[in-house]
Amino acid sequence: MSRRRHSDDSDAGQPHKRRRTSEPSEIEERLESLICRVGEKSNSSLESNLEGLAGVLEADLPNYKSKILRILCTVARLLPEKLTVYTTLVGLLNARNYNFGGEFVEAMIRQLKECLKVNMYNEAVHLVRFLSDLVNCHVIAAPSMVAMFENFVSVTQEEDVPQVRCDWYMFAFLSSLPWVGKELYEKKDAEMDRLLSQTESYLKRRQKIHVPMLQVWTADKPHPQEEYLDCLWSQIQKLKKDRWQERHILRPYLAFDSVLCEALQHNLPPFTPPPHTEDSVYPMPRVIFRMFDYTDDPEGPVMPGSHSVERFVIEENLHCIIKSHWKERKTCAAQLLSYPGNNKIPLNYHIVEVIFAELFQLPSPPHIEVMYTTLLIELCKLQPGSLPQVLAQATEMLYMRLDTMNTTCVDRFINWFSHHLSNFQFRWSWEDWSDCLTQDLEKPKPKFVREVLEKCMRKFDLMKHPEGADNIKIERCLIIPFITGCKYKPKHKRSLPGYTVALCLTIAIKNKASNDEIFSILKDVPNPNQDDDDGEGFSFNPLKIEVFVQTLLHLAAKSFSHSFSALAKFHEVFKTLAESDEGKLHVLRVVYEVWKNHPQMIAVLVDKMIRTQIVDCAAVANWIFSSELAHDFTRFYIWEILHSTIRKMNKHVLKIHKELEETKARLARQHKRRDSDDDDDDDDRSTDREDGPLEEQIERLQEKVESAQSEQKNLFLVIFQRFIMLLTEHLVRCETGGIDVFTPWYKSCIERLQQIFLQHHQIIQQYMVTLENLLFTAELDHHILAVFQQFCALQA
Amino acid sequence: CRTQQGWTRPGSAAMSSGGTLSILRSDSYAELSQYRDQHFRGTRYDQERLLRKSCTLYVGNLSFYTTEEQIHELFGKSGDIKKVIMGLDKVKKTACGFCFVEYYARGDAENAMRYINGTRLDDRIIRTDWDAGFKEGRQYGRGRSGGQVRDEYRQDYDAGRGGYGKIVQCQ
Repeated sequence: MSRRRHSDDSDAGQPHKRRRTSEPSEIEERLESLICRVGEKSNSSLESNLEGLAGVLEADLPNYKSKILRILCTVARLLPEKLTVYTTLVGLLNARNYNFGGEFVEAMIRQLKECLKVNMYNEAVHLVRFLSDLVNCHVIAAPSMVAMFENFVSVTQEEDVPQVRCDWYMFAFLSSLPWVGKELYEKKDAEMDRLLSQTESYLKRRQKIHVPMLQVWTADKPHPQEEYLDCLWSQIQKLKKDRWQERHILRPYLAFDSVLCEALQHNLPPFTPPPHTEDSVYPMPRVIFRMFDYTDDPEGPVMPGSHSVERFVIEENLHCIIKSHWKERKTCAAQLLSYPGNNKIPLNYHIVEVIFAELFQLPSPPHIEVMYTTLLIELCKLQPGSLPQVLAQATEMLYMRLDTMNTTCVDRFINWFSHHLSNFQFRWSWEDWSDCLTQDLEKPKPKFVREVLEKCMRKFDLMKHPEGADNIKIERCLIIPFITGCKYKPKHKRSLPGYTVALCLTIAIKNKASNDEIFSILKDVPNPNQDDDDGEGFSFNPLKIEVFVQTLLHLAAKSFSHSFSALAKFHEVFKTLAESDEGKLHVLRVVYEVWKNHPQMIAVLVDKMIRTQIVDCAAVANWIFSSELAHDFTRFYIWEILHSTIRKMNKHVLKIHKELEETKARLARQHKRRDSDDDDDDDDRSTDREDGPLEEQIERLQEKVESAQSEQKNLFLVIFQRFIMLLTEHLVRCETGGIDVFTPWYKSCIERLQQIFLQHHQIIQQYMVTLENLLFTAELDHHILAVFQQFCALQA
Repeated sequence: CRTQQGWTRPGSAAMSSGGTLSILRSDSYAELSQYRDQHFRGTRYDQERLLRKSCTLYVGNLSFYTTEEQIHELFGKSGDIKKVIMGLDKVKKTACGFCFVEYYARGDAENAMRYINGTRLDDRIIRTDWDAGFKEGRQYGRGRSGGQVRDEYRQDYDAGRGGYGKIVQCQ
C-alpha cells in the first residue's frame, strides 16, 4: 500500500492550496478509512491486507500514535462483527512494537471503565470480548484474563445488588468463551473449572419471574423460548463437552501464529468492577427467539443446533451487522448476505430468524418497525431466488403458532405482513388460510386475518384495482362477515330528537357560519339532564354534543383534511361542549358511533382532538374501557390509539421539562455574564429586575412540569385501575360459573396489560411505589398480581 | 433499580473518549438530493438551511387516485404526521400525483426518507425528498396544462397518471 505524503512546500506561494490546519483531520480520516475497510473489495487475501496495514500503521506510529489508538479502540467498541480481524491487527502491531501493545491495552481498560460508568453495557461487552480474543493473539497473557473473569464472576457474591447487575458480569464472561475458552482452559483449567461451577450455582439460584413477560410464544413446542443466560450456559456447557473445539469463528490470527508466538504478552491490570450506584442502569434480561431448526431446510447446509456455540456466534454477529448499518438498508442487506460461512450454514434462515427476533423483541424492537419491512424487501431483491421462499415459510410458521403468540408480537406481525404484501400486489396463498373462516372471530387465526385485511384495505382500494382483488380472492369471503357495511359510510340517525336542529346546523355550516351562530342554533337543543342545567346552557348536554358532532362529521366526511378543518374551524364550540369530563367522554362516544366502520378515521380524529385539547388523555383512556367499546375492545386499532395517547402524554412531559431546563440554563448564563462584568457599578435593584422575568418564567414552567407529571401519573393510574376492574370481573365470573379463566378474550386482555408495562417501562418505573401501594396490593387476584410481579422482576 | 433494553439505541454510539466512525455515520437516504426548487424565494444558503431542519417531505410519483388516507397509513409508519397536503392540478383542482407530508419531528421524517422512500404505495414506487416547507400556492402543479411538469412531456402510457403525457394527448 502506498500513501502520498503531503510535501512541505505545499503552500509556498500558492494561497489556494489547503492550509496545514486541515491536514491532521484528513490524515485521521484516511487512517480511519484504511482501518475500517481492511479486507473489503480487495483481490488479495485478508491476511495479506492485514499484514500490509500493520506495516503502514507501524510506520505511522511515531507521528499518529494517539489517533491510531483512538481509532482502534473505537472499532473494538463499535465493529464487533469484525472482532477477530482487528484483534489480529493489534496482535501484529504488538509483535512489532511492544510498547504500543501495552498502551493499547491500557486505553482499552480506560474505555471499558468509562463505558460502565455511563451505562453503555453493550459496548462494554464488545470490549471485554475484544480483550479476551487478544489472548489468542498473544497480546494479553491468559492468566491475567482469567483473573479479570474471576473478578467478574465474584460480582455474583455481592450483597444487596440488583440481579441484573450480576447478570451483566456473568454474560460478559460467558459470551467471551466461544472466542477464548479453549486458550484459557488450556492454561488455567482449575481456575476455569471453579469459575464455571460458580456460574452454574449462580444460574441455579437466580430468579426468572420475568421470563413469561418477554417470551414471544408461551409454548415450548416446537422450540423453547429460553432465557438468554440459560441458553448461553447450555451452549458453553456443550462447548466444554466438545473440548472447546469451535469451528465457526473466522480467526485470521491463526495464519500469523509463528509471528505472534514470538510477541511478548502484557498482563491486564487488576480490574475491579465499579460498584453499583443509584445511577446504574443495567440491561434488561432477554429471551432468545427461535423459530427454525435443521429440519426447516432439509436441502441445504445443516443449521447449527440451538445449544451450539456456533448458533450464538452467528446470531450475535448478524445482530451487530444490523446495529452497524440500520440507517443504510442496501448496505445492511449486502453485509448480512455476505456474512462469511455462507455455504456452511443456511444463511437466509439465520437472517430471517434474526430479523424477526428483533421485530418481535419485547419490550420493543431495537429499531423502528418499518426498518425491518424495508430491510426484508431489500434482501428479497438481492436474493430473489431464495429469500422470498424462506420468508413465506416463516410467515406460514408464524401463522400456525398464532395461538400462543404474545398479543404485542401479533400486532407487529399484522403490521409487518400487511405492509410487506402492499409491496407485492398482495400476492399470497390466501386459500391456505381459509380454515379460519369457520372459526369464532375471537380466535387468534381469524382475528389475525381480519386485522391484516383491514390494514391492507387502508393501503389499497379494491374498487380501483380489480387485479389486486383477484389476489385477495379470500377477501371476498372474509370481508362480508368481518366488515359489514360498504366502505366507511358514517352512520346517520334520523330518529334522533334534535334532528331539526341538525338540519339547521347543516345549512348554517354550509353557509360558513361562525362559532357564535352555531352556539345560538344549539341553544334550542333540550337537555335530557334537565336538573343539571345551570340555566346558561353550558353544562353537560349529551344531546347537544350528539347533534353538533354528528352533523359536523358527516359534512366533513370527505377526507381527513376536511375533518381536520372542521375541528379547527369550530374549535370553540367543541371546547365548550366538551368542557366537563362527561362532555369529553361523550364527544369520543359520538365520534366512534359515526365512524365505527373506519378505524383509521377514529384514530386520526382522536389524535387531533388531544392535540387541540378538545379531549384529554384520561378521557381517551376512560372511553377505551367504557362499555360502549366492549365489542371492539380486542381490536388492534383500539390499542394503537391508547398507546399513541400515552406517547403523546409522555412527549408533552418531556417537552415542558426540556423548556424548564433550557430556561434555567439561560438564567445561569445570565448570572455568569453578570459575574464576569463585575467592575461595573453594582446596582442590586437592576440585577433583580434582570432576573425577574426569567425567574417568573422558571416558576411558571415548574408549575407546568408538576401539573403535566401529575396528569401523566393519573393517566397510568386510570388505565391500570380499569384493567384491574375488567380482569377482576372476568375472573370472578369464571370462578363462580366454574368455567375456565383462559378464554381468548382473557389472554388478549392480560397481555394488553403487560403491554402497557413493557411499552412504557421507563416512565412507569418512576411510579412503582404508588402502583404497589395503591393498586397492585396483595389482595389482588394472583393472576393480575403476577403481571406486576413479572414487571418488577425486570429491574430487580 | 432502573433497567434499559438489551440492545442500546443507536444514538448512544458516540462517547466522550472515542466518538464514532464515519462509516457508521453514513446516512445517505436522509441526505439532501441534488434537486432545488427553482421557485424558492431566498438564497441557496437559506434554502439549504431550511431543508436541513425541515420536517416536511415532498412525495412524488403518486397515482392520481391515491387518497390522503392511504398516504397517512403508509407515512404514519415512521411517526406522527402533522399534516398531509395533496398536490392539485392548477386548473382542475384534482389530485395530480404528488403531495407534501409534514411530521412533528424531524427524526420521523428522516425515517420516512430511509424506509418509505423507494417503496410502494398503491403499487407504485414512490419517491420522497426534503422540502423547505409548504407555502400557499405550492400545492399546485407547475406544468402548462395544470398538472406536474413531468406529465407534460412524457411519452409513456401511465394509467394512474391520466394515460399518455399531455404532449402525446394533444397530437
